[in-house]
Amino acid sequence: MADHPLSRRELLRSAALAGLLLPAAGALSACASPAGGGGGAASPAPTGPKTAANPLGIAEDRPFEVVIFDGGYGDAYARTIHEPLFTGKHGKVQIKHTATKEIAKTLQPRFAGGNPPEFINNSGDNAMDFGALAQDGQLQDLTELLDAPSWDDPNVKVRDTILPSAVELGTYDGKYCVLEYANTVWGIWYSKKLFDDNGWQVPKTWDEFTALCEKIKKSGECAPFTYAGKHPFYIYETILTLAAKIGGVDVLKNIDNLQPGAWKAGAVATAAGAFAEIGAKYLMEGTEGLDHIQTQTAHNKYQVAMLPCGSWLENEQKDSTPEDFGYAMFPLPSFSGSDALPYGTVHSRPGEEYFVAAKSANPRAGMEYMRAMLSKEGAGKFSELVSALTVVKGAAEGRTLTPGLESAAGALSQAGTNVTYFRFRQWYKELHDEVAAATGQLMAGRLKVDAWADRIQKKSDEIKDDSSVKKFTR
Amino acid sequence: MSGTARPAGPNRVAFARARFIAGFLALPVLLYLIYVISPYAQAFHIAMTNWRGVSASPAFVGLENFRRLLGDGVFWTAVGHNGLLLLLLPVLTIAIALFFAFLLNAGGSGGGVSGVAGSRFYRVIFFFPQVLAVAIVAVLFQQVLRPDRSGMLNGPLIALGLRPVGFLSDPRLAFWSILAVLVWQAVGFYVVLFSAGMASIPREMYEAAQIDGAGRAQMFFRVTLPLLWDTVQVGWIYLGIAALDVFAIVWVMTAEHGGPDHSTTVMAAEIYRNAFQYFKFGYASAMGVVLFFFTVAFAVAALRLSRRERIEF
Repeated sequence: MADHPLSRRELLRSAALAGLLLPAAGALSACASPAGGGGGAASPAPTGPKTAANPLGIAEDRPFEVVIFDGGYGDAYARTIHEPLFTGKHGKVQIKHTATKEIAKTLQPRFAGGNPPEFINNSGDNAMDFGALAQDGQLQDLTELLDAPSWDDPNVKVRDTILPSAVELGTYDGKYCVLEYANTVWGIWYSKKLFDDNGWQVPKTWDEFTALCEKIKKSGECAPFTYAGKHPFYIYETILTLAAKIGGVDVLKNIDNLQPGAWKAGAVATAAGAFAEIGAKYLMEGTEGLDHIQTQTAHNKYQVAMLPCGSWLENEQKDSTPEDFGYAMFPLPSFSGSDALPYGTVHSRPGEEYFVAAKSANPRAGMEYMRAMLSKEGAGKFSELVSALTVVKGAAEGRTLTPGLESAAGALSQAGTNVTYFRFRQWYKELHDEVAAATGQLMAGRLKVDAWADRIQKKSDEIKDDSSVKKFTR
Repeated sequence: MSGTARPAGPNRVAFARARFIAGFLALPVLLYLIYVISPYAQAFHIAMTNWRGVSASPAFVGLENFRRLLGDGVFWTAVGHNGLLLLLLPVLTIAIALFFAFLLNAGGSGGGVSGVAGSRFYRVIFFFPQVLAVAIVAVLFQQVLRPDRSGMLNGPLIALGLRPVGFLSDPRLAFWSILAVLVWQAVGFYVVLFSAGMASIPREMYEAAQIDGAGRAQMFFRVTLPLLWDTVQVGWIYLGIAALDVFAIVWVMTAEHGGPDHSTTVMAAEIYRNAFQYFKFGYASAMGVVLFFFTVAFAVAALRLSRRERIEF
């Protein structure tokens, strides 16, 4: 026996050495170098004759691929609504349908390899960066689509059937190239049943709002307010909307344009201070450690009265919402009489991005597919199926909507032109991460408003100075 | 001339031998070159470009990524966390694993040298965490550490009328929660490893020590530990690599993937974030290159320090 233990040790030792030779950087081997050379020399995109039925002149015999992000909206809307709508008009065009939860993982190698699919729903956690795609000329110019006659009425251009904000938000470098299809409205969500049962009124001013929080807290019925603590986007969205209400839309424009001192504007500080106070006094216990599903489920269980969210909320919670819950939302209360924007202003912006890959084999078919999506039928049925509004004007009219969506649609139409939004979240993800991290600390009381603004401003300035990051302006 | 066998000289034998060996080695070496060496070479190349992941022809930017890296506070926070893990993870894991392994093998109170009662059963229990996938461990502990009534640790606290502890939501605590989970997950394997090592220590040594009147503590420090030193070193190196390589637990378990407020982030998480979320593949590769050098430095240091005289038995 005495002869062998050593060899066991040697074995262990050499195993350890082998371990050393294969060190940690696993992420590295996941990257593949781009296929150099190529680019630009691709064969011209196939076309067909332009006719009234085929205004974009697609080749009627060439297939194309549709890639759908299989997330909150699923992919059934594409399979059962948009694709049949398209093939109804272009029977010979084969559609290859792909659904994935991991857009970048699936598609990035294909972009780097030069054979991307035509139509892409670039969405979800694993979406590809639009800044990077734009920088690299991968986004097909969709101006021609805007100027094409609409699906429903040849006398009306596509441009005139959709919200102007959709065109602005889909524009990168002065070129309209991203279709933002679903329209989201943000607000404070509550249960109509809970409010009615307790005689609580929707607050219209900040004083009414804090008084309501106080009342709810005292009642012991439930906690007044919560947000998805693990994802502070949900609360910084609210802070920025309040800031825009107080100081006007330029507050957010300056932030988006990485202006020096944009985050130190008075309106931003006031709004941040107001919500920091809510954070200190009225948050549901444990909020900062819970995610959106956990807080929204607590809301459904009547453990908390209000939470900020976008209009996808009702659809996301449909399995855990009690029958008579009565989802409804109200716009942010006015902060004071001197607010720059009136009561009813909402944060609303088109979202859920789709684009056509410029370097794909058949980009025109992708554009024609978008034209089909933007028809009244395509958009209206989408709204019914996935409980979300679209950028197509009036497409939801006459459709049966759920109560929460009805309430969101109502708030949006009341807001009229008083709509705010910000774009840095899509443009500069790093800034978004820093704002989220700092705002989580602000709400937990570990960061004062001044330090919060300093930190974010510093990041904003850093990005402004980083030559490798493409800059956008609005 | 026909019928004459050609002389089988020593050269020919050596050649045949070399051919035989090369025949066996060619494939593994080729695979190693393709799947290990070439990605590394590529990473060094990508680190000097501004590649954002989708371009077919990224521009060469020299050392700019490394220059920017020097001023990247978040990355250095991550390096600090890895450093702390490199110190603490092996120490804590090995200490706890040695303690348990000793109890399982030589801690029994009965006569002779034996483990505590039920040691076979415990050995299986200790190994459980090793069997679970890392992602499952992370999700499991997310639930255990939840800050509301559903949390296994906070539920009783709230029931007692105390305020819940933000194990993962308080930036001052989150890192320690991560460390605890890493230790929890690692201990089982090292208990088994050290148990195997202890089982091969000749029983007579313990018996001799017992006859000389050694207590349990003395037996552990004077007999077990010196004879187990090689195994402990191996464990140390493995755990050091694990500490530099922490990713999944942090990414899955924490808010903001390494938060809150970067309080738990590690190098691998920053690489992943910059590559797959910011699409700064060039910059992320530069981080990977830095991580590579840290790992190599650790390997060299570990090999130097582990040269120590071996006790033969």
